[in-house]
Amino acid sequence: MTHYLEFEKPLAEIEGKAEELRAMARANPEMDVEKEAAALDSKAATLLGDLYKTLDPWRKCQVARHPDRPHCKDYIEALFSEYTPLAGDRNFADDHAVMGGLARLGDRPVMVIGHEKGHDTKTRIERNFGMARPEGYRKAIRLMDIADRFNIPVVTLVDTPGAYPGKGAEERGQSEAIARATEKCLQIGVPLVSVIIGEGGSGGAVAFATANRVAMLEHSIYSVISPEGCASILWKDAEKMREAAEALRLTAQDLSRLGVIDRIIPEPRGGAQRDRRTAIATVGEAIGDFLDKLEKKSRKALIRDRREKFLSMGEKGLAA
Amino acid sequence: MNWISNYVRPKINSLFSRREVPENLWTKCDECGTMLFHRELSGNLNVCTSCDHHMGITPHERFAALFDGGVYAEVKVPEPLADPLHFRDQKRYPDRMKAAQKSTGSPEAMLVAQGEIGRTPIVAAAQDFSFMGGSMGMYVGNAIIAAAERAVSAKLPLILFSAAGGARMQEGILSLMQMPRTTVAIEMLKEAGLPYIVVLTHPTTGGVTASYAMLGDIHIAEPNALICFAGPRVIEQTIRESLPEGFQRAEYLLDHGMLDRVTPRGKLRDELISVVRMLLGLPPAVMGDLPAPAPETPETAATPDPVEPTEPAAKQV
Ligand SMILES: [Zn+2]
Repeated sequence: MTHYLEFEKPLAEIEGKAEELRAMARANPEMDVEKEAAALDSKAATLLGDLYKTLDPWRKCQVARHPDRPHCKDYIEALFSEYTPLAGDRNFADDHAVMGGLARLGDRPVMVIGHEKGHDTKTRIERNFGMARPEGYRKAIRLMDIADRFNIPVVTLVDTPGAYPGKGAEERGQSEAIARATEKCLQIGVPLVSVIIGEGGSGGAVAFATANRVAMLEHSIYSVISPEGCASILWKDAEKMREAAEALRLTAQDLSRLGVIDRIIPEPRGGAQRDRRTAIATVGEAIGDFLDKLEKKSRKALIRDRREKFLSMGEKGLAA
Repeated sequence: MNWISNYVRPKINSLFSRREVPENLWTKCDECGTMLFHRELSGNLNVCTSCDHHMGITPHERFAALFDGGVYAEVKVPEPLADPLHFRDQKRYPDRMKAAQKSTGSPEAMLVAQGEIGRTPIVAAAQDFSFMGGSMGMYVGNAIIAAAERAVSAKLPLILFSAAGGARMQEGILSLMQMPRTTVAIEMLKEAGLPYIVVLTHPTTGGVTASYAMLGDIHIAEPNALICFAGPRVIEQTIRESLPEGFQRAEYLLDHGMLDRVTPRGKLRDELISVVRMLLGLPPAVMGDLPAPAPETPETAATPDPVEPTEPAAKQV
């Protein structure tokens, strides 16, 4: 079953009508509906293309959060072989909102780390909706350390609404954990490639995405605050999330103009959720391409380039 | 020891008047309600003389009390691009900036200075909560980078006073990018083997806490300062957990291992001098108020003529 987003309603109607016709024809074999159904199909395809060509920022937020969008686990299963999860922060717990471990991309060993949101009620609760606690960042730090020591490139997949606003997370120092994870990203002498596959929410995203190369899927978002949060603070009205999404410049297209990200990875027509396999494969190619280039650099150059990249960020603004 | 080329002599007025209410000579303590006479309050570093509540303090006021003789040189901060996102909520961002500049008399939310404390040269940076909630945008990032660069080039420790509601939302993703940017600055200090001391003041929250404010060699907080990533209201609203007494206050963080010390404002200066000198392997300092470093420079330097950040300030040490 397709989950239609609110703005996809007209599409749902057309696709529903085509489906109804075909169901009728199955029940009454003498009916010939194919021509009519095919016309509806092509009308739906055109509409889908049009809708996704001109997604406004708030619609992008909805697509980025779409429940059927491929998540970290889907990418890891499809793109990597010999995935060996490594658990725990060696201090307190294993955070299931953060997946990570050794794996191969082709023949090349990598350390893959990412936020996992879960795909149904049970797994969403288990994964805490992709909101890491301090243990998640500390696990990531540990894995980055291993990668650094054994000269293994790090790939991070970012998909989080943000850090977890909970009592325990605060007591166990999530500020410090995020700060240290960001610091670790800046310290490692191996290639670090990051892909925002859905939501890049605030500090929880930065902790993984302070990378040599940062790519975003075409309809993903990356922001200092959720549009809802921003609306309730600056507009004093959480319903103004459309305006906030607009103002925050959180789309891949705007972030690319601002020089915050290095590449936009195109999504299949109608978004990654409509053709997960193609979306995942395209992300895999982008990661491979980045790693091919970065692996030629020395440890020193990787660290220096990463720092200079972030130091010079924001110099050009939107005009660039 | 003439180790610096320009001095800022704080206008005596700034020590004794609070800009927000120039006509009002009395301030009511928001904690205990006591009416406090201005001179008394500023003489006590904006700490309530009746209940020890620590009120806000501007960077200028703080530096005037911190540096020997109240004398320091401002370190120039490179101006970032104004309004990089063309941000507009109910107001335009440039209008909000102008209003903040007018009400505070400061160009932005952080001040960086070089000077001596207990005859110990340092670089200090202080965040101004009264300027748009001290929020971290490109300017604050630039200020911290400038502070770190100055500290590294002059081989001095950096003391940073944090105070912020978090990110500057009007700079969107570029505000978020100050987390890695400022972390690079702190890395430079650490690689140069220079002490980096953070004094966390009320409030220090959001992305500021999750970057430079939590990466110090030593973390000292002022009493009862709120220090957190997600604020108590957000936590109560999102997960409906009831929060214990004193949650996310300095003393609570001390108990949970996130701070080294909680120190009242009145004792901070001596403590900072002592810690910095021990970290640098210097002999004990003469404590107490010290006059400005000799030789004196013209007293008339009312408008600071900032030192160029590239100029090695410690050349004559
Ligand atoms: Zn009081």
